[in-house]
Amino acid sequence: MSRQASRLDAKKVNSEFLTLTYGALVTQMLRDFENAEDVNKQLERIGYNMGMRLIEDFLARTSAPRCLEMRETADRIQQAFRIYLNIQPTISNWSPASDEFSLVFDSNPLTEFVELPPDLTNLRYSAILSGCIRGALEMVQLEVQCWFVQDQLKGDNVTELRVKFVRRLEEVIPAGED
Amino acid sequence: MTIFNLYIFDKFGTLLHYAEWNRTKKSGITREEEAKLTYGMLFSIKSFVSKISPHDPKEGFLYYKTNRYALHYLETPSGLKFVLNTDTTAINVKELLQQLYAKVWVEFVVRDPLWTPGTVVTSELFQSKLDEFVRQSPIFGIRNI
Repeated sequence: MSRQASRLDAKKVNSEFLTLTYGALVTQMLRDFENAEDVNKQLERIGYNMGMRLIEDFLARTSAPRCLEMRETADRIQQAFRIYLNIQPTISNWSPASDEFSLVFDSNPLTEFVELPPDLTNLRYSAILSGCIRGALEMVQLEVQCWFVQDQLKGDNVTELRVKFVRRLEEVIPAGED
Repeated sequence: MTIFNLYIFDKFGTLLHYAEWNRTKKSGITREEEAKLTYGMLFSIKSFVSKISPHDPKEGFLYYKTNRYALHYLETPSGLKFVLNTDTTAINVKELLQQLYAKVWVEFVVRDPLWTPGTVVTSELFQSKLDEFVRQSPIFGIRNI
């Protein structure tokens, strides 16, 4: 694998390549685990681990400061989707307390050529996305819940991802001299 | 202008990496102890600085200076802490630290699949890239004390 100094430049991968490799990954996992529920969990976990690292790349690229409220966070997530997947979800359906919102996707590059067979209706094909958001936000001291409300794969018009603020993680105090 | 040493801490205060260049005098305590004291001091300064700030602090603590050296501090929103000791004439160190984060840390540590977050960085590639980066920076310069 060659590493180039210009890695931060827009070095793009064909989105179909992503769609196909992701599809292959999910199919293989379905074969290995033989249970959609387990696959959901693993995809979530893969996403979570990706998010934990992706956030550093995002922060370095954008030099974004800490968010002071969820609306800022929502904008940053939207920006991240634009940077990494070249799609722009719409932010909508804010809860009255401003602690919960939806990301609505007109299209989802992960599901481009995908059709879910009828026996896999409980598979959350794009669970990697929700895991990624959770992992990334956890690294900036925000604990959130993230789940799919609507999914185009299941016949809905749009794909809707709901993000709910749970709590701010406090900074860790160094252990004293014992 | 010159650079003496660098500490990188994670948000739990673990020393992820340490490197030094023109540091001639040792502190006389072990590396672990030194790191712990540095982290503890920065933690206290940071919380005190934000407490007495007359306005809502935006970035908080940035650096301090003695007559011999200056300590520069960069904390990312993800809680990584970069601490760089330079001599007192160094300028634009904040930008240098930001670059170090983006071009060296993210590139050679975060994207290294063999590195587990929260553990000490042992990658030789990272160490040599870091060394190269620091030595090439205008601040590193020639040593004149």
